[in-house]
Amino acid sequence: MTPFQTVSGVAAPLPMANIDTDVIMPKQFLKRIDREGLAIGAFHDLRFDETGKPRPDFILNKLPYNAAKFLICGDNFGCGSSREYAVWGLQQLGIRAIIAPSIAGIFFGNCEKNGLLALTLPQPDIDHLMHCAMSGDTCMMVIDLNAQIIHTASKRISFDIPDARKQLLLSGADHVQQTLDQTDLIATFEADQADRRPWLWSRG
Amino acid sequence: MSVCPSMTMPKTLYEKLIDQHCVTRIDADHVLLYVDFHIMNEYTSPQAFAGLHSAARPVRRAGAHLAVIDHVNPTRPITDLSQIADSGGRLQIETLGQNCARHGIELFDLFDPRQGIEHVVVPENGFAWPGMVIACGDSHTTTYGAFGALAYGIGTSEIEHVLATQTLVYRVLAPMQVRIDGALPLGVSAKDIVMAFVKDVGAAGASGYAVEFTGSTVAALSVEARMTLCNMAVEAGARAALIAPDATVFNYLQGRPHAPKGADWEAACVDWQTLQSDPDARFAKTVTIDASTIAPLVTWGTSPDQSVPITGCVPEQADARALDYMGLHAGQQLTDITIDRAFIGSCTNARIEDLRRAATILRGRRVAGGVTALVVPGSKQVRAMAEDEGLDRIFKDAGFEWRGAGCSMCLAMNDDVIPEGERCASSTNRNFEGRQGRGARTHLMSPEMVAAAAVTGTLTDVRTMMDPAP
Ligand code: SF4
Repeated sequence: MTPFQTVSGVAAPLPMANIDTDVIMPKQFLKRIDREGLAIGAFHDLRFDETGKPRPDFILNKLPYNAAKFLICGDNFGCGSSREYAVWGLQQLGIRAIIAPSIAGIFFGNCEKNGLLALTLPQPDIDHLMHCAMSGDTCMMVIDLNAQIIHTASKRISFDIPDARKQLLLSGADHVQQTLDQTDLIATFEADQADRRPWLWSRG
Repeated sequence: MSVCPSMTMPKTLYEKLIDQHCVTRIDADHVLLYVDFHIMNEYTSPQAFAGLHSAARPVRRAGAHLAVIDHVNPTRPITDLSQIADSGGRLQIETLGQNCARHGIELFDLFDPRQGIEHVVVPENGFAWPGMVIACGDSHTTTYGAFGALAYGIGTSEIEHVLATQTLVYRVLAPMQVRIDGALPLGVSAKDIVMAFVKDVGAAGASGYAVEFTGSTVAALSVEARMTLCNMAVEAGARAALIAPDATVFNYLQGRPHAPKGADWEAACVDWQTLQSDPDARFAKTVTIDASTIAPLVTWGTSPDQSVPITGCVPEQADARALDYMGLHAGQQLTDITIDRAFIGSCTNARIEDLRRAATILRGRRVAGGVTALVVPGSKQVRAMAEDEGLDRIFKDAGFEWRGAGCSMCLAMNDDVIPEGERCASSTNRNFEGRQGRGARTHLMSPEMVAAAAVTGTLTDVRTMMDPAP
């Protein structure tokens, strides 16, 4: 995956709460066996009308937000279905970070696995970022992951992130390989479980 | 090894399950968790296999996975995949078949008599047991909490991770107790309880928590009703929902095709008795619900927490965007809302008990003119059981279409789609914008409430159509 180090770009405000993954990536884009061609699907029904014409009112169709790299969101962003297509579509649309007061669990995990930075911040910080994002004059931001700081025109907002997660994002390393490097521990666990709870190893 | 949590403090059931499956602790918040059983469907798994193949990695433990076709298949009878018009869906079905064959993974394909919605077929075939960690690329995996299993939904990258390593990097949640006491009133079922819970705490109210349902109401519920409860807990953001296993669960499991047998069964039952929260275990949060005060609930909006009792009105402070989408106005009486569609189905409410309760309402009655009504049993086995009991006749005589098994109109990834602007009384779990079709308007409720609405053509209090309890 693409490493995330220092990224600068436009932040778009999406203040509605409970934006679910059906809205982020509607079902008609899920009928595939690859991860390609999903940019068109991202927020499809919000971005386009029934005839496929862009809706001029939708924030991501407006200048400068059509080039947004960050989304400043409302509560519970990404709730609903587990579809990882939602994350792939956002990335293909150019989104690099989701910042919200809360982010739904499965979606959060999906972001992490793909190198899309997902951050939950206290409400006052969200309020500031949302305020900045609302205006074309102040919507440029810089996220410095290594320093754990978001720079807006008027403020520096620091954020917490567990070190293991940060290192993975910074390096873009392969999650599966990281675990495969611990195969011995897994094998030890399996042997121990087979001994203590043998029925788990004799499924008919 | 100091790597996993200590075993000495009083523990909640959730914490015990984490301890028992912790391969190693990663940091303060994360463990590497062992996955005992993993379920896949056709639409969230293809890219996981593709990732595995491109890295030339084997599946670690092929016997610990099951694959099921359920999301994209038609529910009208077909005899061959070539009859599926939608090429994308067909490709997903074929791809899952190829991937399972390549890795020796068991598959319930479209023509298998055990096929159906994953969260219906897994329990009915006895794959879900107390004390397991179960993962699946689907958010309603919380269903298996009804057995006292730690079960949760994962994304496609995590499917790849489980296939390759049989583990997941897992963020440990805070335990929340949801204590439910009191007798369930007539006409109120598990769907109403969980809708009441979601309404109480909100759509993100259990985010970051693992919920344990406790109390006398829960203890009195059947395993199927417990599944309904745990299934929809994810609509409050809970990534896990648990109920301590008891004799009701053991009786349900015993003798099912894939349940432990003989000496394994005996040993398992002894172990499973310990799967309870210790009396002095600490929950990070406790919520109490008085079941005796619950009335049948119906959603008015586009989030599962936007519900009111059927006797009520659309709230005065209702979210304007949701009202606009739903074509409703604040203060409107729920029972004045007319419907175009009725749908009984989904992993929340398409098990045999659900169909029986709905059929009780429909017996001797007819679906209102202008209402298209559909029942999609959760699995082929549920469908066969219902036919044995004559429930299919009741549904058909009432004017419902009697379909094959699958997710169908719960998410409308097959050809069962609600046209723009039409309004549906639905026994499903999500009323999101566009969920049942672009512009479709979904009202969530119990299957018996769907039956009542189908008969009158308007949202209806099912209690007015029931004989008072003897
Ligand atoms: S029935 Fe609905 S909620 Fe359940 S697995 Fe299928 S699509 Fe998901």
